[in-house]
Amino acid sequence: MHVLTLLAVLFCISLLGFRISQGRALLLSRTTGLHSLPYHHGQFASLASLLPGLAVILLWSLLEAPLALWLALDHLPVPPNLADGEVRLLTAEISNMAAGYGGRQDTALLAAAWHYRELRETSFTVAATVAVSVSLGGLVFAWRRVTPSYKARNSVERVLKIFMILCSALAVLTTAGIILSLLFESFRFFVHVPFTAFLFGLEWSPQKALHAEQIGAVFGAVPLFTGTLLIASIAMLVATPLGLLTAIYTAEYAAPHIRTVAKPLLEILAGIPTVVYGFFAALMVAPALRDTGAMFGISISSESALAAGVVMGIMIIPFVSSLADDIMSAVPQSLREGSLGLGATQSETIRRVVLPAALPGIIGGILLAASRAIGETMIVVMAAGLSAHLTANPFAAVTTVTVQIVTLLVGDQEFDSPKTLAAFALGLVLFVVTLALNVIALKVVRKYREQYE
Amino acid sequence: MNSRIPPTPLPSLSIQSAQSLRARIRRRHVAERRFRFYGFAAMFLTLAVLVLVFVSILSKAYTAFQENVLSLTISLDSASIDSTKGSTTGQRNPLTAEYRKLIQTALAGLFPAVTDRHERHLLFSLISEGAPYALRALVTRQQAKIGGDRTVDVLLSDEADQFLKGHITAHVYETERKIKDLQVTWLKELQARGLIHSRFNITLFTAGDSREPELAGILGAVTGSFYLVIVTLSLSFPVGVASAVYLEEFAPRNRITDLIEVNINNLAAVPSVVFGLLGLAIFLNGLRLPRSAPLVGGFVLSLLILPTIIIAARAALKAVPLSIREAALGIGASKMQSILHHVLPLAMPGIMTGTILGLAHALGESAPLLMIGMVAFVVDTPVTLLDPATVLPVQIYLWADSPERAFLERTAAAIVVLLGFLIAMNTIAVMVRIKFERRW
Amino acid sequence: MSLFAKDDAHLVTQGEPLLVETACAKLSARNVNVFYGEKHAIKNVTLDINCNEVTALIGPSGCGKSTFLRCLNRMNDTIDTCRVTGTITLDGENIYTPKVDAVYLRTRVGMVFQKPNPFPKSIFENVAYGPRIHGLTSSRSELESVVLTSLERAGLLEEVSDRLHASGISLSGGQQQRLCIARAIAVSPEVILMDEPCSALDPIATAKIEELIDELQHNFTIVIVTHSMQQAARVSQRTAFFHLGELVECGGTEQIFTNPVHRLTQGYITGRFG
Repeated sequence: MHVLTLLAVLFCISLLGFRISQGRALLLSRTTGLHSLPYHHGQFASLASLLPGLAVILLWSLLEAPLALWLALDHLPVPPNLADGEVRLLTAEISNMAAGYGGRQDTALLAAAWHYRELRETSFTVAATVAVSVSLGGLVFAWRRVTPSYKARNSVERVLKIFMILCSALAVLTTAGIILSLLFESFRFFVHVPFTAFLFGLEWSPQKALHAEQIGAVFGAVPLFTGTLLIASIAMLVATPLGLLTAIYTAEYAAPHIRTVAKPLLEILAGIPTVVYGFFAALMVAPALRDTGAMFGISISSESALAAGVVMGIMIIPFVSSLADDIMSAVPQSLREGSLGLGATQSETIRRVVLPAALPGIIGGILLAASRAIGETMIVVMAAGLSAHLTANPFAAVTTVTVQIVTLLVGDQEFDSPKTLAAFALGLVLFVVTLALNVIALKVVRKYREQYE
Repeated sequence: MNSRIPPTPLPSLSIQSAQSLRARIRRRHVAERRFRFYGFAAMFLTLAVLVLVFVSILSKAYTAFQENVLSLTISLDSASIDSTKGSTTGQRNPLTAEYRKLIQTALAGLFPAVTDRHERHLLFSLISEGAPYALRALVTRQQAKIGGDRTVDVLLSDEADQFLKGHITAHVYETERKIKDLQVTWLKELQARGLIHSRFNITLFTAGDSREPELAGILGAVTGSFYLVIVTLSLSFPVGVASAVYLEEFAPRNRITDLIEVNINNLAAVPSVVFGLLGLAIFLNGLRLPRSAPLVGGFVLSLLILPTIIIAARAALKAVPLSIREAALGIGASKMQSILHHVLPLAMPGIMTGTILGLAHALGESAPLLMIGMVAFVVDTPVTLLDPATVLPVQIYLWADSPERAFLERTAAAIVVLLGFLIAMNTIAVMVRIKFERRW
Repeated sequence: MSLFAKDDAHLVTQGEPLLVETACAKLSARNVNVFYGEKHAIKNVTLDINCNEVTALIGPSGCGKSTFLRCLNRMNDTIDTCRVTGTITLDGENIYTPKVDAVYLRTRVGMVFQKPNPFPKSIFENVAYGPRIHGLTSSRSELESVVLTSLERAGLLEEVSDRLHASGISLSGGQQQRLCIARAIAVSPEVILMDEPCSALDPIATAKIEELIDELQHNFTIVIVTHSMQQAARVSQRTAFFHLGELVECGGTEQIFTNPVHRLTQGYITGRFG
C-alpha cells in the first residue's frame, strides 16, 4: 500500500466520522436542545479521527528511514570507531542497494541492504495499522461525545486556535532554525579553521585544499568583506541620489496623474527578478563598460565591481524611492504650509523643512536598502568575479560573501568538508550583519513614525 | 507682558533693500526650477533605464522564437528502415534504423563534390545532433509511410542557425569562430537553392533542457516552476493567514507577541541565500528530503514569503472596522465565528493581493534554490513533486553561464517568458485590488 | 437672492466702507469669487482691510472665512482645484496678476495658522528661518538681534531666553503659537493673517495671545478669523460677518455687535444659529 492510499483511507474515515456524528446529533436535536449545532459535532468527529492518524504518519515518515538504517547498520560487522564520513558512506551504499542501484559485491553489505528493505516494508505496515486504529479510536471517542451538553463547537474552535498558534510559532521557529543551523555548522567549521583566521585573514583560496584532510586551503574572509562593501557602496552611490530625488519629485512636485503612472512603473522595476538583472549586468553592461574603458585606455575587467554595482544600484532605486516617498508623505502638511506662508519656495521648503523632518526615516530606509545590497546574490554571482582580490578599484574583479556561499555549495563537495562548512560561516556573518542593519533601521523608522502618528 | 515698547527697527523694506530682495527672490526661483528639474530628471532617468533593460532584453530575445530548418529529400527505403541492426531478437524494428545515415546521405547528395573526409564531417555537422531522433519519431508516428522519398524539415545545428540569424558573421577570422568558411559557403548555397527556411521555434516550448542549444527548451523549467508555485501557495497561504488571524485578533498584547512581530519584520528582510542555507541544513541534511525536488523548494520558498503574507494579511485584517466584529458578536456569534464568517471574507481581497505578490516574488527567486540543488542539469520534465526539477529563473542562470552563442538569445527568450508570467500575476493582483477592495 | 432688507441696501458695503475712521485701506477685495472645482466657496465678496487695525472675520463654520483669508496671501495657490476671480489689492496693487510673485507677497503678508506648527528645529532656528531664506540680514549678530526682537515682541523672550536652542516642539501649545507669531514677525511683514489662532489653546494662553494682538496692531495690520464672537469683540476694531460664502455685513466692531443692520448678523450674534 502506498502512503497516498493510506492518506485516502484516513480521509474516508474522517468523512465517515463527520457523517455519523452529525447524524446522531441531528437525531438527538429532535428531542432535546443541543449546545452546538449538529455539524459542529460532525466537524469535531472528523478532526478527532483525522488529526491523530496524520500525527502517526508524520512521526513515522520522519523517523522510519534513519531508524531502519540504524538497525540495519547494527547487523553489519563494522569496526567500532569508524569515522563519521565512513558511516555516512556505508549508509548511503545500503540505501542505494536497497533501491536497486547495485553496488559493491559485499555479502555483508548485501545482507544489510535486504534487512533494511524488509525493515522499511514492515515499518510501513505497522505504521499504517497504528494510524488507522488510532483514527478509528478517535472516531469512536467523538461519537460517544455526541450529547446535548457537549460543547462541540468550542472544542472545534479550540483545535483551530491551536492550529493558528502553531502557525504563528512557525515564524519564530524559522528564525530559530536559521540561527541554530548557521551556528551549528559554523562551529563545525571553526573546528577546522580558527575564528580569528577566518574573520581577519587576508587571503581567500578555498580551492587550494587537495583533499579534505589537508588544510592547504586558506579561509581568510577579509577580501570577501571588502568586495561586498565595494559593490554595495557603488550600488548605494547610484541608488541613493536617484532614489531620493525621484521620491522628492513624486511626493512633492508631481501632478496626480503623473504620480499614478510613475509609481506603478517604479514598482515594476522592483519586481524584476534578480536573475534578469544579473543577465543584464553580465551580458550587456559589463561588456559595454569594458569596451568603453578600452576606448579610453583604461582596463576594465569584464567582471568589474562597477558593472555589478551599477546594476545592483538600479535594482535598489525603487526600494529607496518608495520608502522615501512614504516617509516624506508622512510629514504633516501643516509644516509645509508654515514654511510656504513665510515666503519660502517649494524647493526651500523641501530642503529646509521636509527633508530634515523626514531625515531619521530616510536614514532608516537607506540602511534597509544597504542591507538589501549586501545580501543580494544573483547579480553578483552572474556579473562579479570568483577570485578574491583585496582591492578598492571599481574596475577590478572582486568577489563577495554571497558569491562564495553559492560557489562553495553548488559544487560537488561532500557535505562535511571545510569548504561547504565555510559557506555556513559566511552565511552566519551575512545574517548577523544584515540583521543588525535591519534592526537599527526598523527601530529608527518606527520611532520616526510614532512622532507623526 | 511687555508694555508698548517703541518698535525697534526690523530690517524694513527701503527702496534699496526691496530691490535687492526682489533680485534675490528671482535667483531663488531659478534655484527652484533647477531643483524641480533634478527631481524630474532622476525619475525620468530611472524609468528610462527600465525601458532600456526591457528593450535590450527583447532585442536579444526575438530571434530565439525562430529556428532554421533545411528541407531535405530523404529516401526512406524499406531496407534501411526495417534494418534489424542492433536488435537482439532479430525482429524487424523500425526504431533502430540508422536515421543519421539517411540524413547524411541526403545531404551528401546535395553536394556531390564534397568527398574529403574532413570536409564531409564539416558538412554533416551543419545538421543538429537531434535531427536523427526527430526523424525517427516522425517515421514511428507514421509507420505506414515507409518507402519512397519524403521531404523532411531537418533542424540545423546551433552554429548554422546563429550564422543564418546574423549573430555570427563571416567577417571575423575563421579561427575565432565556430563556423568555418566552407560551411558558410554551403549554407549560402543552400539558401540560394531555397532549401532553408525558418519556422516558429516550437522546440523552445516543448523540450526540456539540453546541452545542444537548438534542442533546448523551457518546458521542464516551466513545469518545475508551476509545481513550485503550487507547493508554495498551498503551504504559505494557510499558514500565513492563520498566523495573521491569530496575531491580529487573538493574541494578547504582551512582550511575547511584540517579539513575534519584530521577528516577522526582520525575517522579511533576511537575504534569500540564508533561507537557502536553512533549507540545505534542515530539509536536505536533517530530514534527508530529495535534492532538487519542487517539494523542498516549495518548503524553502514558503518560509521565504511567509513574512510578506503575514504582514499583508494583518494589514488587511486591521482595515476591517471594529463595527463589523461587534455586530457579529452582538447577535451571538463566538469570536472565532465572527472572524471566520465576517472579518476574514472582507479582508480576503487584500490578503489575496498580498499573496499573489508574494508568489510572484517566489516565482522569480533563484538563489535559495541553487543551494538546495535545483541547479543540476535536469532534462526530463518532472512528473511528481519529488522528481528532480529546475525552475525558470535557475534555467536562465544556467543558460546565461553557457558558452554557446545560441544560448544568449534563448536565455533572453526565457527571461521574456518569465517576465510575461510576472506581469500577468501582478496585473491579476492589481485587478483584484481594484475590483474587490472596499474603502471603509 | 437678496439676504438684505430692501431699505438696508444702501448700507451694504459696495465701494467705500461705511463709518470710515482711518483713511488707508491696506488690502482691498473687489468682487472676489473662489471656486474649489465645482463648489462656489466665496461669492462676490467686496471688503476693505484698514492699516494698523485688527479686522475680524466671523461667521458659522463652513462659511468661507478661512478660504477668504487664505486668498489674501495667495495660500490657495497650493491647492490645485482652487480658482480665484476678482481683484485683491495690496496698497493698490492687484496681487492676482501673473507678474506678482507669491514668494515676495508673503514677505509682506504673513500668516499664523490654526494649529501651532513650529518646525522641528530649535526655537532660534524657527524664528531665524524667514530672515535666512530671504537674506534679510547680513551678519550673524544682525540675525540674532532680529530673532531676539521678534521673540520679545511676541512676548515669548522672557520664557525661553535661556533655552533658545531647545526644540520648538518642546514648548507648550500657547508658547508654540507665540513662537509661530514671532516667526511671522521676523520677516517684518506689513499684514499678519491669523486663522483661528487660539482655537487649539486653553483660555490662559488665549488671553496672552489676545494681549499680544493688541500690542501688535500698532505696527501691523491684522486680519483675524475667529469662531468666537467674544474674541472678535475683544480684539478687533472692524468686523466682517460671513455666511455661506457671502459677506453679509461689515462695519465697526461695536456697531456690528450692538446694532447690527441685517437680520442674519443679528441672528448669528444672538446665537439663533451657528
